[in-house]
Amino acid sequence: MIYLELFYTFFIIGIFTFGGGYAMLSLIQNEVVVKHAWLTAHQFTDIVAISQMTPGPIGINSATYVGYTVTGNVFGSALATIAITLPSFIIILTICRIFAKFREGRGFNSIMKILRPVVIGMIAAAAGILVTKENFIDLYSVIIFVAAFVAGQWLKVSPILTIIIAGAVGLLIY
Amino acid sequence: MVKLLLLRRMKNIYADIFTCFAKIGAFTLGGGYAMMPIIQKEVVEKKRWINEEDFMDVIAISQSAPGILAVNISIFIGYRLRGVKGSIVATLGSILPSFVIILLIAMFFTSYSHNETVIKIFQGIRPAVVALIAVPVVNMARSAKLNIYTGALAAATAAAIIFLHVSPIYILLTVGTVYLAAEYIIRRRGGAGK
Repeated sequence: MIYLELFYTFFIIGIFTFGGGYAMLSLIQNEVVVKHAWLTAHQFTDIVAISQMTPGPIGINSATYVGYTVTGNVFGSALATIAITLPSFIIILTICRIFAKFREGRGFNSIMKILRPVVIGMIAAAAGILVTKENFIDLYSVIIFVAAFVAGQWLKVSPILTIIIAGAVGLLIY
Repeated sequence: MVKLLLLRRMKNIYADIFTCFAKIGAFTLGGGYAMMPIIQKEVVEKKRWINEEDFMDVIAISQSAPGILAVNISIFIGYRLRGVKGSIVATLGSILPSFVIILLIAMFFTSYSHNETVIKIFQGIRPAVVALIAVPVVNMARSAKLNIYTGALAAATAAAIIFLHVSPIYILLTVGTVYLAAEYIIRRRGGAGK
């Protein structure tokens, strides 16, 4: 039963992922944290941190991690990972077959344009939902947040370096 | 003999596809957009599996189709090389490295998550991660050139998800349907006018 639910959930996430990994976070979070309560907000934040430091797409990373944590075995982990890629498979192969010469992505592009603000809102929500008491335990958390934002936005520090520094700071002050 | 040789060559191309995408999957941090130039270098410049122009088409379709960008690209290129089988091999190659790494971490991390040092480190990391997710919002808003209406749509989306716990799926479906319906009506009116 849990396997079926896991498969279904990640399959749906795969269908509705527009606009890259960060937009996908909002979907995964809504399903995994809010709807099914498979993970807490801070567990989810940890997965994002781990995904940032390891190779591979964030969507795959979270599917693998959530699949394992929820079921406690490799099968669940593989199932979630396959489920999230399956819609892409069906859609891309259909596109390949229908448009042998695939230059007519026009319809897709125009709908992407109108969905872009939604995707931006989704990413903002992904960040907003993670502003919890578990993730922001004191004033230091707020300072780390601001510093990491400045580092990413203006100083163009790589996400990995930011996470490593934040981890070191955590070790020092707590 | 010839058959054996042919068989070996066929096996080689699958192995080749697999290793190529596994390499890309293993050495790219930061997901789809960071992966793109590396995929291009391997597939277009080194392997010469497809030319520059076709690669741009692959990217355009992969970006506008739903799903994980890097996975979409591997499915597409795998299909162009050896059909459905090729696409399966390419996808497995590109997701296997991260699958193995994350699986090991998931097994490992759960037993270490009560360790005091690990707790301290992650207490520092969590607010930084929230900031890392917030950064692309600003960049994307700027490059999408949001106006009052599209800006309001973005803000309403965020508010509905955060405060009303609306699933992003419903928002995507609603906005997409309304847009398509509006476009259909406008097109029909335009057609009738002529």
